[in-house]
Amino acid sequence: MPDGLFIRVDIAESVQSDPDLVRRLLEVCPVDIFDRAEEGGVTTVEANLDECTLCDLCIQAAGDDRVRVVKLYQD
Amino acid sequence: MRFYEFEAKELLRRRGVPLPESRLARTAAEAAAAQRDLGGAVVLKSQVLSGGRMKAGGVRFAESADEARDAAEAILALPISGQEPAGVLVEQKGDVAQEYYAAVTWDGRAKRPVIIFSDMGGIDIEEVAETHPEHVSRTHVSTLRPLSDYQAKLAVARTGVTGGDLNRLARIVLQLARAFREHDLTLAEINPIGKLADGGILALDAHMEMEAEARGAHRGLLADLGIADEDTRQARPPTPFEVAGAQVDAQDTRGVAGNVTEFSGSLGLVIGAGGGSLTLFDAVRSAGGDPANYCEVGGNPSVRKTAALTRLIVSKPGVEKIAVMMNVVSNTRVDIMARGVIKGVIDAGFDPAEKIAIFRIPGSWEEEGFAILRRYGVEYVDRSVSMHEAARRAVAKLAAQDGG
Repeated sequence: MPDGLFIRVDIAESVQSDPDLVRRLLEVCPVDIFDRAEEGGVTTVEANLDECTLCDLCIQAAGDDRVRVVKLYQD
Repeated sequence: MRFYEFEAKELLRRRGVPLPESRLARTAAEAAAAQRDLGGAVVLKSQVLSGGRMKAGGVRFAESADEARDAAEAILALPISGQEPAGVLVEQKGDVAQEYYAAVTWDGRAKRPVIIFSDMGGIDIEEVAETHPEHVSRTHVSTLRPLSDYQAKLAVARTGVTGGDLNRLARIVLQLARAFREHDLTLAEINPIGKLADGGILALDAHMEMEAEARGAHRGLLADLGIADEDTRQARPPTPFEVAGAQVDAQDTRGVAGNVTEFSGSLGLVIGAGGGSLTLFDAVRSAGGDPANYCEVGGNPSVRKTAALTRLIVSKPGVEKIAVMMNVVSNTRVDIMARGVIKGVIDAGFDPAEKIAIFRIPGSWEEEGFAILRRYGVEYVDRSVSMHEAARRAVAKLAAQDGG
């Protein structure tokens, strides 16, 4: 997964085999950070990562720490 | 958005304001034909979007078709303040016994429109207000309640005008005020209104400006006047820098990051929020700073958009540092702004810590924003530092770098 300058989104491997969750991630993100991966599953859109509003909707949708939003500006 | 005189007069004509007979000529031959049509003495006036036409030689007089042709040729060949004339207004010249001034504009302090009237028209109204304040009346009107004959009469009567003149002038003032409100104008001015030797009263010159953001609401009217959407009507054509700023703002609909005006200084400005742009621009000037630009940022623009605007400003030749300053923001996020500005500086190949003189955007998500700024070593201040003080610090920092 690519990084933004300020934000990185980590997606657990278990998400990739859950088509319903992939669909929900694409649906909930207000700034289109998630996209369908060519090989199936989900990937992040590098150009949109820094637009992350820290709304946590993806984290809530995935549950169980399967999506993490990392603030690269914090130590 | 400014109107040419002939367009402003068309708006007045539609409201029944008495005007001299006139014709718009695009060529010298048309001007000669217009004189023949109108007959007698005429005045020919350059149609440009700036004042000072008389001093510049853009107003001439003629009493025959040949004279009108010669005058129009000279006027059409004469740029005024860098503007090519859009035509020549050929108008019947009356025998004026007295001149009056009438205008409606916005009083920012009172937050209401104000009718300004003077019985000393034809000259600079600021000068009259200074030297003969008793000859200038100011009458505030509501933006909501209907305009009344009484208010218009009051505006005129306050300068001592009485009788038939009072009634005739009040009718003109009332229509001017209605035009101001109904067309979302920021200025509606007739200077002068002429009282002719025969007692008739005519609007001899008119200047109107429409709020640029209101253009969409008046598409029909503007189309009717032949004003195309792409006709910006600014006092000068936009510079490539300003065109690029408009393109940045148009790239997505989130927030505002544009309305750029180019200046020649060395301090780039990323400024905005609730009138903050104007205040901050003035604050930089008051502190002795020399801005490289004006711009407006607000309404929570995307990181991408803010970065593009910052990149544009910081890359402008001659810009040594940028100051990022806003009023206290509630609907714009400080962290999103911080991301955009830092990204823009880095994209342009500079170090944010070096290039950003000061970051003063207090408001929502500011702790998150300040964490980003700390990470990149950018000097920032919170709301305990006023906009004026932040501007002063930015100017001082640039001066210190220049060894001043």
